[in-house]
Parts: sequence; C-alpha cells; structure tokens
Amino acid sequence: MNDRRYFRILSGAALVILLLFAAILLTLVVDSLPTMQAYGLSFLTGRQWNPVTQEFGALPFLVGTLLTSFVALLLSLPLSLSVGIVMGEYLRSPFLSKAMSVFINLLASIPSVVYGLWGMTTVVPLVQKLEIAAGFPPYGVGILSAALVLAIMIIPYMASLTSEVMKRVPDSIKDGALALGATRQEMVTGISLPYIRSGIAAGVLLSLGRALGETMAVTMLIGNATRMPNSIFSLGNTLASVVASQFNEAESDLHRSAMMALALILFLVSFLTNLIGRKIVGKSEAANV
Amino acid sequence: MPSHDILHMELNFPSDHIALSTKNLEVIYADGARAVKGISLSIPKKATTAIIGPSGCGKSTALRAFNRMNELIPGTVTKGEVLFHSRNIYAPSIDPVTVRTNIGMVFQKPNPFPKSIYENIAWAARIHGHKGNCDELVESCLRKAALWDEVKDKLRRSAMSLSGGQQQRLCIARTLALTPEVILMDEPTSALDPLSTASIEELTSELKKDYTIIIVTHNLQQAGRISDMTAFMLLGDLIEYAPTKKLFVNPEDERTERYITGRFG
Ligand SMILES: Nc1ncnc2c1ncn2[C@@H]1O[C@H](COP(=O)(O)OP(=O)(O)O)[C@@H](O)[C@H]1O
Ligand SMILES: [Mg+2]
Repeated sequence: MNDRRYFRILSGAALVILLLFAAILLTLVVDSLPTMQAYGLSFLTGRQWNPVTQEFGALPFLVGTLLTSFVALLLSLPLSLSVGIVMGEYLRSPFLSKAMSVFINLLASIPSVVYGLWGMTTVVPLVQKLEIAAGFPPYGVGILSAALVLAIMIIPYMASLTSEVMKRVPDSIKDGALALGATRQEMVTGISLPYIRSGIAAGVLLSLGRALGETMAVTMLIGNATRMPNSIFSLGNTLASVVASQFNEAESDLHRSAMMALALILFLVSFLTNLIGRKIVGKSEAANV
Repeated sequence: MPSHDILHMELNFPSDHIALSTKNLEVIYADGARAVKGISLSIPKKATTAIIGPSGCGKSTALRAFNRMNELIPGTVTKGEVLFHSRNIYAPSIDPVTVRTNIGMVFQKPNPFPKSIYENIAWAARIHGHKGNCDELVESCLRKAALWDEVKDKLRRSAMSLSGGQQQRLCIARTLALTPEVILMDEPTSALDPLSTASIEELTSELKKDYTIIIVTHNLQQAGRISDMTAFMLLGDLIEYAPTKKLFVNPEDERTERYITGRFG
C-alpha cells in the first residue's frame, strides 16, 4: 500500500469521527425542534414538567444539574487537591507515586452503575440518618446522595490533573523558596499552588464536565422527582437522569422532543466546559515551558 | 597531613572573625559519587570568599552543603560538620529551615518567583513572620540590592518582566529580606551579560560590609576582582585555601598554579 492511499484511509477514519459528531448534533437539533417551536426560550425557565398535562419546562433539571455538580465539586475539591499535592510534590519514591496513580486510575475505571449501587447501600443510609438528625424527610436518596457519590467519582480526574501540573512546577523556583527558609508547606501554598492555578481551574472545568453528564449513578441516587429542588436534601433530577429515567416511557411526541431538547442542552454545556477546560490546560502548558 | 590543613592552621583567624567553618565535610550523591571529599576550611566574617575550580569539581555541591540544600536531592548523604555559631548545622536538633533563614542562597540562573517585584520580597518576609505593610522593607532591600531606582515605579509588575541582571539583583534583594548573616552565591553572573555582571560584582563589594559572602565562580578574573579569600577545589578535594592575592600571585600547590595560569588538564 502506498503512502497516499494509507493517508487517505486514515483521513477517512478521521472524517467518520467528524460525521458522527455532526450526526448526533443534527439528531438532537432536529428532534428538539417541536419543543423549541412550542416553548422557545421559555423552555429554559419553565418550572413545570408534567407529561400528563403536556407541560415541559427544563428549569428544575437545570437547577438539579448545577446543584449536584456544584456540591459534588465543593465536596471533592479539598480531597482531590490534597491527593494531587501529595502525589505531585511529596511522594518522592517512584514506586509509591506509581502505585498511587495506578490506584487513582482504578477508581476512574469503576463502572458508574457500581458507584450507584455502592451509593444506594452505603451513602443513602448515612444521608438518611443525617436527614433525620436535621429534621428533613428521610428519603435517603436525593441531591445530596447523588452529589456525594459524584464527588468521589470526580476525585481521579481532579487529583491526577493536579499532580501532573504540580510536577511541572520548576525545581528552580521551588529551590528558591526553600533556600529562603520556607517550609515545604509554605512553598506549596505560596509558590506552587499559585503557579498551577490555571491547571487547577482546568481540572475543575473538566471535572465539572464529567459531573454534569454523569448519568447512571446519579439516576440511581437522585430520587427522580420532576419538581424544583429546594434544598440539598430534596429529591430531584439532572438533565441526564431525567432523560435516562423517562425516555423509554415517553408517550407523546412532545415529551420525547422535550427530552431531546434536554439532551441538546446537556450536549452543548458539556461540550463547552470541556472545550474551555482543554483550552486552559493547553494555555498553561504553553505558558510553562 | 594534606596541604590545605596546614594552610588552614596558618591562616589562624580569631574565632570571632569566623562566620562559618567546615570539618571534613563530605557529600555523597545517591549514585555513590563523592562530590566533596572531606574539606575543612574557615570562612571569615564580612568578607568575600571565592570557590574556584574546574567544572564538576564539587563547588556547587560544597556551597549547597553550607545551607543544607543538598538534602533536597533524594539519597544525598552529608558527613562531617559545618559549624555556624559553633554549632553543627547538621546536628539532629537543628531545623534546616532555620539554617536557610540565616544562610541565604542566590542561584546560578536567576529564579524570581512568577509574582510581582514587590511580592517576591514581601513573600520572603511574610513567611518569616513579618506582619502587615512591607513597603519599607521592600524599599530597603531593593536599595541594598542596588535595584530600587530601576524598579521603584513598577513594583507591581511581574518580576519576570525584568532583565536577567535585574532578576538576579531581585533574588539578592529577597534574600536580604531575611537578614541573613551569610549569603551563598553559585556562579551568580554566569547567565548574565558583562554589564549586569559588573553591577553584581559591584554589589557584592557593597554587601560584604554587612554580610559574609561565599561565591562560586569559574571566572578567575572575577574571583581576583571581588574576593578576599579564595579556595581552589579539584575533583572534590580542597587543594588550596588562601588570601586571594597570595593564591593568585604565589600559590603553594603546583596544581593551583597550573589552574590559575590556564595550563590545566
Ligand atoms: N544530583 C546529583 N546526583 C549525582 N551526582 C551529581 C549531582 N549533582 C552533581 N553531581 C556530580 O557531582 C560532581 C560535582 O558537581 P558540582 O558540585 O555541580 O560541580 P561544580 O559546581 O564544581 O561544577 C560532578 O561530578 C557532578 O556530576
Ligand atoms: Mg556548579
């Protein structure tokens, strides 16, 4: 096979990827057209989602998605930053560092249904106790349970990215800090962390992208209520979980189309967070050479 | 007895004129390489001592042993003693952080922090408990480092926007914020142009009025111009240590003579 032909086959494969992407986007757009025609932008602000009365508003799920993802990030950040700092700065032995990163990657490879099951058997009862203690209805499932498990699921992303950028802090400025009589902790907080802040921002965005779109575990844990959540103990739904839990039962075309519109929103938001996250990673890489 | 020990005794500084002294200082890297092979010398206070010798002879390693920087390289073993205020800085009870606060270091390649000019100095001060406003301290450090006039209108600009020579003077300034007694400099001008080099050399002459300076240099003229004492190292050994004039004009050791007359190797 000559080089030209080889190149053509490879470019063909690349083209297939682009076409797939376009096809998915096209399906989502075309199928959500009825919803757009029926509601326009008020779809985004509608508070009711009722298949029986044929009323479809996305706001409860937008709020549910942002709330779970945000709480998950908040819970996950201290832990995953710490793990990233330990891996990137403190673990001097290559063996330990390797072992730790294998372990972290293992955490990322657990199927999300397993996280969901573990959440139901372990996290839900704990949240139930908390709800009883705090005087909320003891559903167990809900925004908080979903967020807790999501928090664990995004640790690998945040931690490995943090440790990667941590390792790229130049020895020259670390030595400079230590030679000034800084402790290692002062060096990390005063010099290394500010140095890698764009990397951390990128990690937050990439984890956010992951959290926004996570479906299985969240669907199992969030309680699947279509009303607007009013606290972190509420039952709720995210964009992904409502589509996953209702699509097979959709009876009207408008219901199905409304879910396509939810999927389109999710697609665009995840695409954007990932794009921006990757841009920042690229930028900080370019800036740190 | 090796010649440097005889010399050492001949120099015979009164002990209160000694800033730092080593006894059989030895540094072994993780791969087993003995980069410094047991050197003993006394560094006089408020003077400039130069360490010269061919590349790879252990100058940097010896210098880094003076403020315990070598232990940041995993697996490095240091033997012997470095006495500072008659205490061995390698004694188990001594915190390396305290050592480095009293014995500052300036590196071969300027390494300002990617912060503002102001923050480079203020950060150094704050980690050592300086509270509140640092304006006066920043100004005085920059003045002592002969940098104030050039940067006083752009203190909030990034330190990375300075020229190499200015960056190196900023690194000296931030070291001064700790009020160290000793300042170690590892070839501080080797990455700089001749003009910046001259300004750093001038600065060391000024600084030695208040500080003890130990400077590694591979530039013999530089050692001749700015130092009071010179130590010549070869393959990890201290070959000769003497007042700079004597070492350059009338060296005791044949190897020193060959090195300073450029007939080495
Ligand atoms: N981190 C290290 N690990 C192993 N060997 C080293 C390390 N740093 C320096 N050396 C070796 O120690 C010797 C002395 O190095 P150095 O002190 O840097 O010399 P100089 O500053 O005089 O050029 C050299 O042979 C060098 O290869
Ligand atoms: Mg060197």
